[in-house]
Amino acid sequence: MKLNLKIWRQKDAKSKGEIVDYPIKGIEGDMSFLEMLDVLNEELINKGEEPVQFDHDCREGICGACSLQINGEPHGPDRLVTTCQLHMRKFNDGDTIVIEPFRATAFPVINDLIVDRTSFDRIQQAGGYISVNTSGNTVDANAIPINKHDADEAMDAATCIGCGACVAACKNASAMLFTSAKVSQFALLPQGQVEAVDRVQNMVRQMDLEGFGNCTNTGACEVECPKGISLENIARMNREYLSATTKG
Amino acid sequence: MALSGLFLVFFLAQHFVINITSVIAPDTFNEWSHFMGYNGLVQFILQPVLIAGVIVHFAMGIALELKNNKARAIKYKQYNGNANSSWMSRNMIITGLVVLAFLGLHMYDFWVHEMAYKYIEVNPESPTRYYEETVLKFEPFWRTIIYVISFVLLSLHLWHGFASSFQTVGVNNKYSAGIQTFTKIYSIAIPLGFIFIALYHHFNPITH
Repeated sequence: MKLNLKIWRQKDAKSKGEIVDYPIKGIEGDMSFLEMLDVLNEELINKGEEPVQFDHDCREGICGACSLQINGEPHGPDRLVTTCQLHMRKFNDGDTIVIEPFRATAFPVINDLIVDRTSFDRIQQAGGYISVNTSGNTVDANAIPINKHDADEAMDAATCIGCGACVAACKNASAMLFTSAKVSQFALLPQGQVEAVDRVQNMVRQMDLEGFGNCTNTGACEVECPKGISLENIARMNREYLSATTKG
Repeated sequence: MALSGLFLVFFLAQHFVINITSVIAPDTFNEWSHFMGYNGLVQFILQPVLIAGVIVHFAMGIALELKNNKARAIKYKQYNGNANSSWMSRNMIITGLVVLAFLGLHMYDFWVHEMAYKYIEVNPESPTRYYEETVLKFEPFWRTIIYVISFVLLSLHLWHGFASSFQTVGVNNKYSAGIQTFTKIYSIAIPLGFIFIALYHHFNPITH
C-alpha cells in the first residue's frame, strides 16, 4: 500500500510547527497505525533525518498513551479503538492521511505529535480518589454489598484510560467526559460517598482552571472514545455538581 | 443556559398557540392579544421575566462561545466534525445569532410599536385592532421571507438545543429517547407552524 502522509512536525513547544509531506510505500493492511509510523521513522533515521515523535506504550489499547488526530478524528476513523489498535486495512492504497497532535490549550504540544496531558493528572489529583484506612484496619472492599447495576456502571466509567480523545474530538476542547467518568466511578459506589461533595466541586474547578472548554452536548466525545464512555456520566456529574453546590 | 433555553421553549409553544388563532379564529386572536397586552401580571411580571430570559440566554451563549474558542487556541488543519456530531450541535452560535437578529426585527415590529401605542401615544384600548395589525405586517414580501428563514434557523437551533438542555440539567435516563423524539417533532412542528402563519397572512391580505 502506498500512502501520502501529511504529518505535523514541531521541533519543540516554542517552535512554530508545520505540516510536512511524507510519501511512504510497502505498508501492509495488517500493520497497526503505529507500526506504519515505525516504518516511516526507520526510513527517516536511515536517511539521517529526525524521526517523527509520538506517544505510545502498551500498544494494546490499555494504557492511554497513544493519541494522534488522524484525518480529523482522534484515534482515526475506526470506532472503540485507540491509535495502536487501528489497522492500516482501514485505509486504501493511495490515500492521503493527515496526522496531527491532539489540539487543546490544556494539551500544549511538546514536540511533533506529543502533547502534554498532565492536566488530566491534576484533575484526577483534585478529587479522583477515596481515603481508606490502610493502617491495619483495612476493610475488605467486598464486605460492602453493591448492586450489580451500580457496580457495572462504575466499572464502565472506570474503563476510561485518560487518552484525551474526548478533548481532541470536542469542538470546545472540553474535558467533561473524562472528568465525569472519574467522578462517576466513585459516585456510584458507597466508598465514594464520603468525599462526594468535595470531589465533584474540586475536579470541576481544576478542569476549568486547566483551560478546557465547556460541554455543549455535541456528543462527539462519546462517539470517539475508544472505551465507549457514555454521555450518561456527564449528566451524572452535572447532577452531582448541582447537589454538591446546594449542600455547600 | 439550559434552564433559560427550556423556559424559552415553553414560551415558544405558548406564543404559537396564540398566533395560530390569527388563522383559525381572528376574534379569539384579538381577545387573547388584548388580554396579553393589558393584563397586569403579563405586562409587568411575565414580560420582564421573558425579556430577562432572552438576555440571559444569549449573553450566556456568547460567553460560552468565547470561552470555548479559547480552549483550542490552535485549530486543527483537518477537523472531521461530521464524523461524530451533527452540524446543528456544532453551530448553535450561528443559528442563535440569526435568531437573535430576527428577535430585534420582531421586537421592533410588534413590541416597540405596542409600547409606543400604549405608553407614548397613550391611545385608548382597542380590543379589535390586533388581527389587522398582524396581517398588515406580513404584507411586504421581504419581511415574510426574513421570518421564514429565521424560523428555519430556529428549527435547527431547537433540534439540538431542546434535548441538550435536559442532558445539561442531568437528565439522561430511560426517558431520554422519548425526549429526543419529542425534540425532533417540536423543532420541526413549531417553526413550521410559524412559517405557515407568516405565509398564510402574506397570501391572504386584508382587502377593504
